[in-house]
Amino acid sequence: MPDNIYLYILVMALVTYLVRMLPLTLLRREIKNVYIRSFLYYIPYATLAAMTFPAILYAASSIWSSLAGFLVALLLAYRGKGLVTVAIVACAAAFLVGLIPGV
Amino acid sequence: MQRLPGKDAGGRQKKSPPGLGAGSGNVIYYVKLRQARPADIMAELSPDGKDSFMSKRKIWISGIKDGIPIGLGYLAVSFAFGIQAEAIGLLPWQAALMSLTNVTSAGQFAALAQIAVGAPYWEIALTQLVLNLRYCLMSCVLSQKLERGAGIGHRFGIAFGVTDEIFALSSLRSGPLSPFYSYGLMTAAIPGWVLGTFLGVVSGDLLPADIVSALGLAIYGMFIAIIIPPARQDKVVLKVVLAAMLLATLFRYLPLLSEISSGFQIIIIAVAVAAAAAWLRPIKDGEDHAG
Repeated sequence: MPDNIYLYILVMALVTYLVRMLPLTLLRREIKNVYIRSFLYYIPYATLAAMTFPAILYAASSIWSSLAGFLVALLLAYRGKGLVTVAIVACAAAFLVGLIPGV
Repeated sequence: MQRLPGKDAGGRQKKSPPGLGAGSGNVIYYVKLRQARPADIMAELSPDGKDSFMSKRKIWISGIKDGIPIGLGYLAVSFAFGIQAEAIGLLPWQAALMSLTNVTSAGQFAALAQIAVGAPYWEIALTQLVLNLRYCLMSCVLSQKLERGAGIGHRFGIAFGVTDEIFALSSLRSGPLSPFYSYGLMTAAIPGWVLGTFLGVVSGDLLPADIVSALGLAIYGMFIAIIIPPARQDKVVLKVVLAAMLLATLFRYLPLLSEISSGFQIIIIAVAVAAAAAWLRPIKDGEDHAG
């Protein structure tokens, strides 16, 4: 066990907060440049997509239950279902496929 | 393929935000929505342009409502974190304190492994920096999305809650971002993260393993629910999504690329794809680029 766990936690929290806080406080003026504005507009989509796939295939215990959850989520999101519905039904699909023996 | 909401079956139209269903050029609608507040929020503004106490409270509550699925997803993921924290000998409140002060999944999981072997402090700091540098990118986006007049105090405040999931909801919400919406999201999400950690440490084997593992999909399901509808509406967004997923797949499986830490992979992919999209399809206010 570490000698001082609280110091570890403090160091982690400090670094993480600075990373989050500095751009928000330093970039206070509105950016006019159309390319930078467009860049910032596309960033959320690119970030979320890159975080989702292929990581989602490893989210549940087996790749088959993850895949089931992924496909169900895609279908429901395509039909415009809300966040909670998509999240819960995807989990349920993964859970049910996980119950199949040998999967 | 672009389908108009009017032709869809199953009440799709009701779910889409106002103004997004007009076929081509939807990006422009997004841009306009970002500049003009939705009428319902506008109506709550007092004449001098400052949010009244009541409207701040309403915005805060709408943030809480939207943040509930995040909180539930966090409960599941942090439960798994709590189980691991218990395994290296952390006490419940120590693990909960780490979750409360950091609110970052990858960073905290990585730190556990390092703390277990008594790594030096600078090494922990460097790992947190690399794994969490993506928040820097997200904060840049939010710095421009925040409503004008949000003072430095609010910037210090919402910085605390810049996580993947809270960023997802606040950056893609239409109109300028009220700090109180972010506070609402944080109010619903962070207790889930802390409570799940605590429960994971004290009762790791209470929930069956297959339920915990299935719950791991909740966060990803939410991400999909956030990005798919706009990708349907706008072909450029669809291409951005597909390109990012393709690159993420390459980074995961190709020999050299897969050695880059996951946090850094996200930064490289997001910057490359968004820069290419901005270069090829810049968004000009009031001009239809999609034609």
